[in-house]
Amino acid sequence: MNILVCISSVPDTTSKINFTENNTKFDANGIQFVINPYDEFGLTKGVMLKEKNNAKLTAIIVGEANVEPVIRKVLAIGADNAVRINMHPSDSYSTACAIANYIKDNPFDLIIAGKESSDYNGGAVPGMIADMLNIPFLNACNGLTVNGNEVELTREIDGGIEKISASLPIIIGGQKGLVEESELRIPNMRGIMTARSKPLEVLECNSAPLNHSISFDKPESKGECKMISSDNIEQLVSLLHTEAKVI
Amino acid sequence: MSILVYTESWEGKFRKSSFEAASYANEISQDLNTDLFAISFGLVAEEELSKLGEYGVSKVFSFPNINKSDNYNTTNFIAEYAKDAKAIIFSNTFTAKMIAPRLSSKLKAGLMSNVTTKILDTNNFKFKRQAFSSKALETVSTNTEKAIITISPNAFEIKNNNISCEIITIEDKLESQFNVIGSETNSGKISLSEAEVVISAGRGLKGPENWGMIEELADLLNAATACSKPVSDIGWRPHSEHVGQTGKAVAPNLYVAIGISGAIQHLAGVNSSKVMVAINTDAEAPFFKAADYGVVGDAFDVVPKLIEEIKKINN
Ligand SMILES: Cc1cc2nc3c(=O)[nH]c(=O)nc-3n(C[C@H](O)[C@H](O)[C@H](O)COP(=O)(O)OP(=O)(O)OC[C@H]3O[C@@H](n4cnc5c(N)ncnc54)[C@H](O)[C@@H]3O)c2cc1C
Ligand SMILES: Nc1ncnc2c1ncn2[C@@H]1O[C@H](COP(=O)(O)O)[C@@H](O)[C@H]1O
Repeated sequence: MNILVCISSVPDTTSKINFTENNTKFDANGIQFVINPYDEFGLTKGVMLKEKNNAKLTAIIVGEANVEPVIRKVLAIGADNAVRINMHPSDSYSTACAIANYIKDNPFDLIIAGKESSDYNGGAVPGMIADMLNIPFLNACNGLTVNGNEVELTREIDGGIEKISASLPIIIGGQKGLVEESELRIPNMRGIMTARSKPLEVLECNSAPLNHSISFDKPESKGECKMISSDNIEQLVSLLHTEAKVI
Repeated sequence: MSILVYTESWEGKFRKSSFEAASYANEISQDLNTDLFAISFGLVAEEELSKLGEYGVSKVFSFPNINKSDNYNTTNFIAEYAKDAKAIIFSNTFTAKMIAPRLSSKLKAGLMSNVTTKILDTNNFKFKRQAFSSKALETVSTNTEKAIITISPNAFEIKNNNISCEIITIEDKLESQFNVIGSETNSGKISLSEAEVVISAGRGLKGPENWGMIEELADLLNAATACSKPVSDIGWRPHSEHVGQTGKAVAPNLYVAIGISGAIQHLAGVNSSKVMVAINTDAEAPFFKAADYGVVGDAFDVVPKLIEEIKKINN
């Protein structure tokens, strides 16, 4: 079985978000980039499937040279080989095109992406790939078992979960539940050493975006927090009722 | 020309977020001077379908035999019925999040997710959207002929615009790319992503046996219950209640955080809430920097008082 995990490189969640060049560009200065948290679940799931089902695990990332530390980490965690599409991922569509083009030439049975990137929160790349390749797609997937050519999956729905069965190939947008947080793999010394000799192929692509990012601003900062004495909860309720009008 | 709004039902009733999406789509259709049509998958009675007229929808295409989870066929039908649409509007349900990107690729129409504003420039579909887990707003535009817009539940108000809604039923039945085996619903009565009020509690509550008062408070306010990550990790509460960076993102009108410190990963999932209240014994808890109203106090003292006071105004 051939498995592909899609990895996006995102600022660590605790990062302070700033913009430069007149608020048109994300300021990467001093930012620590990490594997997108949703992709970590998919990556670990991929590593487990590889160990259990003798699968081959490839990782793909669309990005310029600055994403290499993240993809090296993915190799250290357990992908067999990696592909970097050397292109600035300027929108979800052009990113999806780049990945879909690669898959057209190199077919996979199972493609695992994340439900969204924690930076731009597009939640779009895997669904677009599904259309481009005309394969089944499930988003917010929180459970996956593979039996030969068949898969059983669960996905989160508003207010519950839904169970699905399908045949390979399929693409999913994964999240917690694919594996538990306690199962997440981190690189060990041996992994880091072997990662250095694993193949990292760099390919070119210049797919065109549909959207243009114009500028960024930060949400208006909230006013001071109004402090209310624990002896005066009546006042809190009255403020919520008459001032904030939320109850 | 038209605007097409995707509406979603659960057990035959439209989700509240569908009416929000219709109201929002109605404003866009007025800005662009077009008709507003809707599309619905799964069995919905005529009486329920016609309710869409209250929000400005003049025609609804209903596909009773197509399962909404079947994103391959729903996408194809939407594409077909969106031929003359300028924009297709979705509310961000989990199911909509499968269809919108597929549709964007199929129609080569720019997808703007998590949009927070009305249309800013009608010539090139300019909008603001949330990014960086609500830490920033991005202004985006698309030059494609059509645009696909998704909005978050609770982000826009429901607005009435009573017109009569024509119902067109399409009985097509198609093979799906997968089989839906079944579903399980969460125990909570109110869906967390759509709730207007969320009562959330953290490790400060000490143990699962103390959630009775949280549920009582939630019941009084018709609220959903939520929790911090460690609370669901230890198994005090179900995983479906976990909010934050690695859990659900919610944006209710009121979010009450009880015994939650306010770690950045927690706030990332809740800071789009309109009003936030923090109740915490520690005056230095970071949540007070994000909250609108704060009470420094013991949850076991404050929550029962809160319940009493709310009962008074409810009466
Ligand atoms: C990669 C990553 C992702 C994460 N994702 C998430 C996420 O999605 N969601 C999330 O919630 N966390 C997440 N976390 C964890 C987060 O950093 C915090 O550890 C967590 O939110 C803390 O939960 P808490 O506030 O319930 O517990 P604590 O930090 O232990 O805080 C308990 C609070 O209760 C107060 N308290 C104690 N007793 C009482 C009382 N009797 N009455 C009132 N207050 C009291 C204390 O003063 C304290 O402020 C993530 C962490 C990492 C590293
Ligand atoms: N630049 C990228 N390279 C590879 N995969 C990506 C990239 N951007 C997004 N993805 C994948 O698509 C998922 C959803 O991302 P997004 O649509 O950007 O929110 C992510 O979790 C990744 O698995």
